[in-house]
Amino acid sequence: MSKELIRLVDCCMAFDGEQVLDHINLYFNDSEFLTLLGPSGCGKTTTLRIIGGFITPTSGEVLFDGVRMNDIPPHLRQVNTVFQRYALFPHLNVFENVAFGLRIPKEAEVNGKKKKVKLPEREIRERVMEMLEVVSLKGFENRKVTELSGGQQQRVAIARALVNRPKVLLLDEPLGALDLRLRKDMQNELKRIQQQMGITFIYVTHDQEEALAMSDTIVVMDQGRIQQIGSPIDIYNEPKNAFVADFIGESNILDGIMHEDYVVEFFNRKFKCLDKGFAPMEPVDVVIRPEDIDIVAPEQGQLRGTVTSVTFKGVHYDTIVDFKGYKWLIQTTDFHGVGENIGIVLNPDDIHIMHKSEYSGMFGDYSSYSEEYDEMDDVTLLDEEDEEESHEE
Amino acid sequence: MRTKTSPLNRLFMALVFFFLYAPIFVLIVFSFNDSKSRTVWQGFTLDWYSELLQDSSIMSALSTTLLVSLLATLIATVAGLFAAIGFYNMKRRLRAPLMTVNNIPMTNADIVTGVSLCLLFVAFFGLWGSVAEWFNGVQSVITLPENLHMGFGTLLIAHITFDIPYVILSIMPKLRQMDRNLVDAAQDLGCTWMQAFWKVVLPEIKPGIVSGMLIAFTMSVDDFVISYFTAGSATSTLAMVVYGMTKRRISPKINAVSTLLFVTVLLLLIIVNVREARQEKAIKKTAEVRR
Amino acid sequence: MRNRRGFFALPYVVWMALFVVAPIILVVVYAFSAAEGGFVIQFGSLTLHLTLDNFAKMGDYLIVFTRSFELAIIATLLCLLIGYPLAYVLARETAGVQRVAMMLIMLPMWMNFLLRTYSWMSILEDTGLLNQLFSAVGIIDLGNWINSGLNSLCAALNSGPVALLNDLLGTQWALDTARATDMEFFHMINTSGAVVLGMVYNYLPFMVLPIYSVIVKLDDSLIEAARDLGAGTSRVFRKVIFPLSLPGVLSGITMVFVPSVSTFAISKLLGGSNELLLGDLIEMQFTGMAYNPYLGSAIALVMMVIVVVCMAIMNRFGEGEEQAVML
Repeated sequence: MSKELIRLVDCCMAFDGEQVLDHINLYFNDSEFLTLLGPSGCGKTTTLRIIGGFITPTSGEVLFDGVRMNDIPPHLRQVNTVFQRYALFPHLNVFENVAFGLRIPKEAEVNGKKKKVKLPEREIRERVMEMLEVVSLKGFENRKVTELSGGQQQRVAIARALVNRPKVLLLDEPLGALDLRLRKDMQNELKRIQQQMGITFIYVTHDQEEALAMSDTIVVMDQGRIQQIGSPIDIYNEPKNAFVADFIGESNILDGIMHEDYVVEFFNRKFKCLDKGFAPMEPVDVVIRPEDIDIVAPEQGQLRGTVTSVTFKGVHYDTIVDFKGYKWLIQTTDFHGVGENIGIVLNPDDIHIMHKSEYSGMFGDYSSYSEEYDEMDDVTLLDEEDEEESHEE
Repeated sequence: MRTKTSPLNRLFMALVFFFLYAPIFVLIVFSFNDSKSRTVWQGFTLDWYSELLQDSSIMSALSTTLLVSLLATLIATVAGLFAAIGFYNMKRRLRAPLMTVNNIPMTNADIVTGVSLCLLFVAFFGLWGSVAEWFNGVQSVITLPENLHMGFGTLLIAHITFDIPYVILSIMPKLRQMDRNLVDAAQDLGCTWMQAFWKVVLPEIKPGIVSGMLIAFTMSVDDFVISYFTAGSATSTLAMVVYGMTKRRISPKINAVSTLLFVTVLLLLIIVNVREARQEKAIKKTAEVRR
Repeated sequence: MRNRRGFFALPYVVWMALFVVAPIILVVVYAFSAAEGGFVIQFGSLTLHLTLDNFAKMGDYLIVFTRSFELAIIATLLCLLIGYPLAYVLARETAGVQRVAMMLIMLPMWMNFLLRTYSWMSILEDTGLLNQLFSAVGIIDLGNWINSGLNSLCAALNSGPVALLNDLLGTQWALDTARATDMEFFHMINTSGAVVLGMVYNYLPFMVLPIYSVIVKLDDSLIEAARDLGAGTSRVFRKVIFPLSLPGVLSGITMVFVPSVSTFAISKLLGGSNELLLGDLIEMQFTGMAYNPYLGSAIALVMMVIVVVCMAIMNRFGEGEEQAVML
């Protein structure tokens, strides 16, 4: 397949004795769009800053093309970053912001001697204008960056990084400060730019939708550890543990027992499933995605329950159903009123079995529905940044 | 916080400003008085201004004042800039006590600062004296001066000491307001830390540096008490000459020199303010045109 | 990357140790020693004569302490009374007026304060400008006239009702009839009033600037919210604006009180020899005839301690905004 560019080997990071990264092993391929996804303080920004060279891991190795880079300062790495809230230079205009990196004299070999070489002004101009065109900011070159809208500042930040022709672009929650509409537009735009430039994007976000929509590969992180690596489809359909299942989309997570291959028991009933390779009678977590559940008449259902709450979500209804005291979230396009008795049918491919983990029992219960559902959207960027900053203080 | 102001408010403001400026006005008027009297107007003259130029004690005090203020301001600005960057990069546990010590010269009474520095210099010179005596006794290649006195050097040290805290106090907030990622961004784009500092940090905190410089210079020019205790008997600032004269009678030449200083500063301030206002207008205009 | 740059502060830390911390330690050491006698400690060639005598002598100067603190407190209150309204009014002005006003407040500081104080001498003197003005306008004559009127009124009372009362009660009461009627001037210089005036004049900007900088940053929506909740103008001020401007007030009080209590030049110029203050006392011990740096240090130390304690108590009320809201 594609070539490996960067590899993190057993990287650990601790700030003041507090472990932030716990033995991270990860590699990044050429021209891929990889997302580090996780909640505040999961270590994703720290990972990014290690790759960027802003911090050095307490232990472990950072390899670029197989060469150890731990102690190479950021300005000597072929990596550029788009920062949270852009970090544009307020005293420079759009053109000068983008030209900033090009104006730094670079060491180069001239006639066998090492020399600091400046790019000719004409080339700088050409490259800046070319890049402004890529990010659709032609005609803005003389504007002050402080006069630009959030989306425009974002584009300047991207152009400023890409104009240096890095092998890898690091993006640290770049869309966090934008409103929802703009965010969707910029997602498409970023994907387009990545494909057009054909370079690796390493993208940090806490927004699972964003991750699913843009990435080739998603790395789900929590508590300084990698929870799962995979394509968006894999991660959604085959979550490795309760944390991933809950963080990516909505999940009902139940305790179950694996009787034998392809047979799982929960709610005192055996169901057929597609999973195998578990020990006989192994306790497991059972994941059932809310949109996979079919509602039928009570007498036809494998399980029977009562509707306790219904919320209209536009495309579907979020229906909370009480099964013997255990509440499930079911997403359905059919309306079922509160108090209505319903039955459900689970097909074998609707049921996903996971090994028990430290996260078992923490997620996937919709008894206190409303708070949990909104939690993901409320995680603000500020939290994360403050947290990481306080580590450094 | 903007509402309409009543004429009563304006009157109050005018009264306070009259109170602040009446003595200055009197001082300026009597620099043109054709008599030594500081209270009776005897007619217009420029004699005091021409005599001023011949008065070596006032002129040397003036040059001492300006020299020590300028040097102290420059040194304090550079040192304060470095110190502020150091403090900014420190862990809070280390920074907090250092900032408290930094604030001492500002919160302490001037006279205590002056007296304590005076004690330090005297104690140091005593110590130096015995060391130099011993040193000159054991060898004869280099002869160290055995008797040091307070003078321009000690005056300069004192001024630097009380100027630096003001510089730090005006630079620190600018550093804090700065997006922390700016330095990272510059390094990311190929700058070394030093280049990032020159190209990004310095332009960002420039307003803080300038205002710190201005405050430091103001404090130096305005200071009398600390200078009085640290300048020794041979060196005098303008304020010390004035103080020496108050025991007898102050010559109108002093009025003349302070008028000159005042007018210079006034003109400078007006020029700076007009330029700033113009720049702001220009910025607003371009912004409007673009819209 | 950040922590490595901390060493940039190292030279200044050394500087502070030498020129901020060491001198204060010296003051403390001097305060507890004397030229001779006392408890002798020998460090090589250095001899310390430790004693508490300096503090024992402090009682002699009690009157100077009380006078200094009294005048400084009065001056601080006056500054607050003038400075707060000024800062408040300024903060509501248009940006242009604010800019000019700030400049006007800072500007006098560029003329050395001794000169400005000296100028007050020529205004307040017995033959000074103010008295010239008063006599020209007839205020002094008016004073004389009022005094003579009062004198004759008192004389009439003395011979009438007061004499009657004295007869009745067997007392010797009499109203004063000797008010001066030949005044040529009002005596203003060399009084404690003149000293307070000098303090207020010199330190008023230090009260206005911090208060102004706090009020001007107050969020308009806070005031609107208070209005919206039904608070009247005075209530908005008492419950919202004033409490929020307290940090500025506290730092203003500190910045006026400390120099006022320790001044020596102002008192010398405007108070003459009658109004000896702490600053003068300390100065005399270091430069005057009564050279005694040990006693001077002790007085300075006591003054410092009282001020620090006062400020600490006061800052308790204001949640102690560490960073003074300067300029």
